[in-house]
Amino acid sequence: MTSAAEAARDRQDSRNRWALASPALILIGLFSLAPMAVVILYSFLEPGRYGNVVWAFSTDAWVSVMLERDIFDDTLGLADAHVAIFWRSIKLAAATTLLTAAFGVPLAYFVATRTAKWRNLLLFLITVPFWTNLLVRTLAIQEVIRKDGLINTVLLKLHLIDAPLQMLFTDFAVGFGMTYVYLPLMVLPVYAAVERIDFRLVEAAYDLYATRWTCLRRVIFPVIRPGLVAGSILVFIPSLGAYVTPRVLGGGKSLMLGNLIELQFGQGRNWPLGAALSVTLLILIVAVLIVQTRLTRKETGHA
Amino acid sequence: MRNRPFDVRHVPGFAAIAIAGFIVLYVPMLVLSAYSFNSGDTIGQWEGFSLRWYFAAFQNDDIQRAALLSVWVATIAGVIATASATAAALATSRGAGFRGQTLVMVVVNQPLMVPEIVMAVALLILFAGIKVATGYTGGAYLIAAHTAFCIPFAYMPIRARLDSMDHNLENAAADLYAGPWTAFRRVTLPLLWPGILAGFMLAFVISLDDVVISEFVKSAGQETLPTYMLGQLRRGVSADVYAVSTLLLAISIAIVAVFFTINKSGRTG
Repeated sequence: MTSAAEAARDRQDSRNRWALASPALILIGLFSLAPMAVVILYSFLEPGRYGNVVWAFSTDAWVSVMLERDIFDDTLGLADAHVAIFWRSIKLAAATTLLTAAFGVPLAYFVATRTAKWRNLLLFLITVPFWTNLLVRTLAIQEVIRKDGLINTVLLKLHLIDAPLQMLFTDFAVGFGMTYVYLPLMVLPVYAAVERIDFRLVEAAYDLYATRWTCLRRVIFPVIRPGLVAGSILVFIPSLGAYVTPRVLGGGKSLMLGNLIELQFGQGRNWPLGAALSVTLLILIVAVLIVQTRLTRKETGHA
Repeated sequence: MRNRPFDVRHVPGFAAIAIAGFIVLYVPMLVLSAYSFNSGDTIGQWEGFSLRWYFAAFQNDDIQRAALLSVWVATIAGVIATASATAAALATSRGAGFRGQTLVMVVVNQPLMVPEIVMAVALLILFAGIKVATGYTGGAYLIAAHTAFCIPFAYMPIRARLDSMDHNLENAAADLYAGPWTAFRRVTLPLLWPGILAGFMLAFVISLDDVVISEFVKSAGQETLPTYMLGQLRRGVSADVYAVSTLLLAISIAIVAVFFTINKSGRTG
């Protein structure tokens, strides 16, 4: 009797919870999940003559993600332009992740080990760029690296260079810009991890004659690691799909996957190819996430 | 020679990298802000202090229209996203959990997993069809898109607040014969309020900052502030864009300052 009443109450509770969650589920279903399904569908259709699609099944779009039909002998070969852009995107996203880690870990560590008053101020200084418009920050980088910008002016004044360096519209500009805009995404999770370090353990390690390096590697690093993994994911994913930063700082010369996708909906007007490239990007990201969960799971299994 | 006390927290080199990091983080933004006050016509040449570019920006009809649309979209999308995120957070926290809870959490966080450009293209395809079918090309598309990707951002602080709240207070209210609605209105909601406010602010800023999705979703002739700025960049930067950028930077600083104050009072209170 009681168990039946309990089960009824549980069912009621579950119904209430679904009802509460439904507005969010419906909104995301309609304007986030449904569009994703449409992209997958479109990647299997034929391109229309003036953009959009013709409703006929075709795998051409998927073939041309990586391959290209030779105009003369009709054989398939690697699409060099696409491969180059894929490679550049992965390379730049990896470089961005490494650079943000190289700067972000010392930065987070430094902030977390200050006194409370300083820590709040410094944390504030890290958080402001995180909340500032990405376009504004990209524009700020464009301002300092352009031909007569701050960096060139200073280098010329110091007589380190004779002529202004061309930094804008290069891979360097895109990598530097992405490191700049995504740095807070690395610092904040690493900071949260450093805050958890028990410095009595570090002291104990020193007392047991551990060197500074050993302490860093054996005591401090294992605590920071989860934050570092989280930060790397947070940086790598938007870097791989970056669109604004390569468009503003790379111009037409340093295209990334995001720009290649956009081109299919602009001048190229091959919507199915754009859809197939989008799904490819999504697959790459899911692969990275799977590797990450494997890594973290192994880690917890080890401990 | 002064002998510094040994400090286990100190790692040599980290301080130098950290300070360099702060300089690199702020110098570009300071340079950009400085040039927004330039009285000269060209950006690179400093000719003296003036507010002329701010006046120019304020008097520019396109900028006015774009700013208005941005604030309008961010407000409506922020309110809808926060309301539905609050309900979703209440549904997924506290209690023993229910069948499908994991599914709900995965769906709510799904927009975070998808790169902006992919979501932008997806919405472009979907809305292009709807635009042709209905003939409607107004601001609702932007609001719908922004609402969806703002929900997970609004959800995070609300959920965090709910998890840290004392569940006993609600039980006490129930013991004192408060109905579920009264208990929610008089106990849960006041306690949850800082989280809801933080969620709304996060959603508002995320919506206001969005470039990529707006760029693909907007109809012809429609501009939000960031898409207007992106469009201007194609023609070469002009100083009024710097003025708008500096204002956006100032807004971010103000919002983060409010956030830090709320957080601090929440911790002591």
